Amino acid sequence: MIEFRLPSLGADMDEGKLLEWRVQPGDAVKKGQIVCVVDTAKAAIDVECWHDGTVQRLLVEPGTTIPIGTPMAILREAGESEAQVERLIAPAPPASKPTAAPTAVVASVATAPVAAAPAQRRRISPAARKRALQLGIGIDDVPEGAEGTVELADVEQAARKRATPPIARAPAPSAPAAATMAERAAQMRKVIGAAMARSKREIPHYYLAEDVLLTAATDWLAEQNASRGVADRLLLAPLLLKCVAAALRRFPELNGYYRDDAFAAGEGIHIGVAISLRAGGLITPALMDVDRKDIDQINRELLDLIRRTRAGSLKSTELSAGTITVTSLGDQGVGAVYGVIYPPQVALVGFGRVTERPWAVDGGLRAAPVITATLAADHRVSDGHRGGLFLAALRDLLQNPAELTKAMP
Amino acid sequence: MNREELLAAILDALTGIAPEIDATALAPAKPLRDQVDLDSADWLNFLVALHARLGIDIPDADAARLTTLDRLVDYCGKKL
Repeated sequence: MIEFRLPSLGADMDEGKLLEWRVQPGDAVKKGQIVCVVDTAKAAIDVECWHDGTVQRLLVEPGTTIPIGTPMAILREAGESEAQVERLIAPAPPASKPTAAPTAVVASVATAPVAAAPAQRRRISPAARKRALQLGIGIDDVPEGAEGTVELADVEQAARKRATPPIARAPAPSAPAAATMAERAAQMRKVIGAAMARSKREIPHYYLAEDVLLTAATDWLAEQNASRGVADRLLLAPLLLKCVAAALRRFPELNGYYRDDAFAAGEGIHIGVAISLRAGGLITPALMDVDRKDIDQINRELLDLIRRTRAGSLKSTELSAGTITVTSLGDQGVGAVYGVIYPPQVALVGFGRVTERPWAVDGGLRAAPVITATLAADHRVSDGHRGGLFLAALRDLLQNPAELTKAMP
Repeated sequence: MNREELLAAILDALTGIAPEIDATALAPAKPLRDQVDLDSADWLNFLVALHARLGIDIPDADAARLTTLDRLVDYCGKKL
């Protein structure tokens, strides 16, 4: 028997509201499959299941808000019969101590099984749900697309049918939708504030900065992009991420988690990327195994991650997998960012805007593209000496982009 | 495709990236990125959307100069 529980959705989210089940009792579930959609203060999240099994019971009704870790469904494993699992989750006999058996917790929840959902439940993508909210369209009024599911395109088509101006543009959100957006923004601000307050309270931060000459990197990008079509064009951000990942291999004490008074190194280099949302706030979903991927793959995955984050279509693992965070102000920002570490991580790397600055070369001055890289790190795990060596490694790696951009074994 | 249709196509690509903007309020001669909050990923996605809509693949070296709606319309008009 497998208890499927609401997984962690990152340090700043401690509860979620079940929007819909994507599976029904009797369905076979594969590892990594999306089984439900849960709304949080930040976004609707596709929640993945991490076991193979068959759904026996759903324990939570859509519309219910539950804390992280709450049992949501009971699955049976291969070889188990329905009756066997029912016996396991049957109410414990009155004699048993409530804290003794782990099954007692399940039993108390499982005794009230959810009424069978209608057989023809509509499948609605989180992106479609969010867009409908923005546009002030009732999602239930949107007809299904060809696949039998309601996708983003179906919502936009419904919006076009409703609004008839000659030039297609997003209609102003209606009053109730706008109120919901404002509420969501306020709620998001609250959870970000709580997570960052916890970080500043618990983590003894230290900060370092280094100006990095970017001539080699920007020349390499320009040379690459000169022969690439728009669909394959490279951004600077993936090159910076790749560089951080390569440097982290030499400084594992900056990559991982601080939990239960001890540091645990990350099992891979999964970089949480700070992505701002258009309506305000930010989410830091992770790009997995950045060191093991080449620059083209990171570029593609980063663009996809940004698109899905802003469309409200993230997976639960992406929210909790980050072993470090990188925040980049982009070309509209300012010179440097000193970040707040995202607990339970132990470091955050920041990049400011690339600017032309005077740079001393061979006893003379010339104008050159320069970026300021910063490190905020946890003094319980590392110190300024090692942190400084890390930033120096980052600086040196960026001088040789062609070497850097390959996948590492 | 006349100038108005071209502008409509460009605005449509833009609102696909930044749904919150009021396309009618944009000043065509002013820098676009002073009026709309677009980061480098948004900008690239905008170029990809233009390519899909109009079949114009704007080279990296040209894209940097296309800072206003007017310039975008002129450029795309010549390329079509």
